[in-house]
Amino acid sequence: MMDDKRRGTTPLFSRAVMSWIHVSRRMFLGSAAGVLAAFTLSARLRAAPQESASQASVVDDAAAAPVAQFGHAMPMTLHVNGRQYHFLAEPRVTLLDALRENLTLTGTKKGCDRGQCGACTVLVAGRRINSCLTLAVMHQDQHITSVEGLAQGEPLQPDLHPLQAAFIEHDAFQCGFCTPGQLCSAVGAIQEMRAGMPSAATENLQALTIKYSKAEISERMSGNLCRCGAYPNIVEAVHSVMVNPV
Amino acid sequence: MNSFSYFRPGDVNGALQQIRTPGAKFIGGGSNLLDLMKGGIERPVVLIDISHLPLSEISTAPGGGIRIGALARNSDVAAHPLVRRNYPLLAQALLAGASPQLRNMATVGGNLMQRTRCGYFYDTAFDACNKRLPGSGCSALAGRNRNHAIFGASEQCIAVNPSDMNVALVALDAVINVQGSHGGRSIAIADFHRLPGETPQQDTNLAPDEMIISVDLPPLPFDEYAYYLKVRDRASYAFALVSVAAALDLHLGHVTEVRIVMGGVAHKPWRAIAAEAALRGKVLSTAAVADAARLAVEGAQAYGQNDYKIELAQSAVERALLCAGDLS
Repeated sequence: MMDDKRRGTTPLFSRAVMSWIHVSRRMFLGSAAGVLAAFTLSARLRAAPQESASQASVVDDAAAAPVAQFGHAMPMTLHVNGRQYHFLAEPRVTLLDALRENLTLTGTKKGCDRGQCGACTVLVAGRRINSCLTLAVMHQDQHITSVEGLAQGEPLQPDLHPLQAAFIEHDAFQCGFCTPGQLCSAVGAIQEMRAGMPSAATENLQALTIKYSKAEISERMSGNLCRCGAYPNIVEAVHSVMVNPV
Repeated sequence: MNSFSYFRPGDVNGALQQIRTPGAKFIGGGSNLLDLMKGGIERPVVLIDISHLPLSEISTAPGGGIRIGALARNSDVAAHPLVRRNYPLLAQALLAGASPQLRNMATVGGNLMQRTRCGYFYDTAFDACNKRLPGSGCSALAGRNRNHAIFGASEQCIAVNPSDMNVALVALDAVINVQGSHGGRSIAIADFHRLPGETPQQDTNLAPDEMIISVDLPPLPFDEYAYYLKVRDRASYAFALVSVAAALDLHLGHVTEVRIVMGGVAHKPWRAIAAEAALRGKVLSTAAVADAARLAVEGAQAYGQNDYKIELAQSAVERALLCAGDLS
């Protein structure tokens, strides 16, 4: 798995990619040579004789907009927590791996990597999703919020998101590994409840407003597993934010 | 995950041209396909990203029913006012499936194409799986088959369709509208999924060069008495051991129309035709429901570890009908 993941990001460019994180204009220009090289590489690949009929038929198709060829990295841009990140990666790189490996935003956790635990939950275009089961290349035109984007203010004097404060207040974690996913999921859950979206715990499907019950919160947070078993306190924390909006 | 070429066509026609490439696959929500690719079960050479195509609308259909775009997210379908009001069975089934995060990703088209969760299909360490490697045998027949089929299986495959949505779609007479490079066609949901027979590797009757565009639901009288019951190992976020979509149209206590469809019991959603026929025209009573439930499991065949499913399915049908008819 590790080996596979390493190959997913072209090693040649990974240092240049690292330098693009915390982008400044000067740093961006300094790294532009790498980008240029990448574009040239990709252009040459496209023009090169095709190794297989399958690639040839697709490449000839004028309707095919952005293209990434088999086994090669492509330039990508992600908008995360209000910042733009440019990097090179193969299209098979998941959003989770791009966040952690290419952007070094390691707050988002890799638990099962198969959509069964919720540790990798982030918000894409305002909705919570499992970042392990989607590709970074598919989300270049969307705003992404990871756990790093929840608090406002300066790193040393953060203005915590109400849910972060509530998790501390209610002791809603033990080891903390699932917490970033729990927090992003809770942000999504609260938005969905306020928007009147039903869940399996919603007694009246026709109701336009959702009761802020603990049964609703448990069901809506069921996509996030916690091996420490902090569930009762997580539900308390989310409930406290629901009933006392800041 | 294997490497692949990635394309993002600008429209359906572009997508249909590209799908003709050998080894090409569409990716919409990705929640099943990428999982399968990580496990080495699917190894597409080309991925065609259709997630941005404008196929997510949910609207009133000309004939009075609704049309759901193939790329509508499961969560959006379940929350849509038309679905909640006229097809509560579909909303319930969708909300019983997966997790909120996955429902925010998974599309209606992808859910229709969802592959089985049979452990032998999913784990490439096992050599024998006719669905994964045609002709290699079926490990589940004499293996761990607690979650497997009791209806319509073959010696080649006893896997089940894992979808909740599909069960409700069968109860609601859904029609799948597809587009191929040579034109479009509409497929009744009952003819969309296949039984394993001799070709368990083929889950559906969708041609390799076709794409699901939308799903139509006709106007139906099941807006009031409908219930989706899902029995599983934990209260949420697990696949069904057995599920039942029950829908009734009642007039003065008489059953004028009824649907009983079971999930988790066959390679496709399993409609209990005989049980429906026994209830149609009758006064809805606990006795009539119990009779129907007995008929629903007639002909069931289990494989050892899933023997319990026959009794469970009967009880689940009974309970779902009682809940749908407000007799519980």
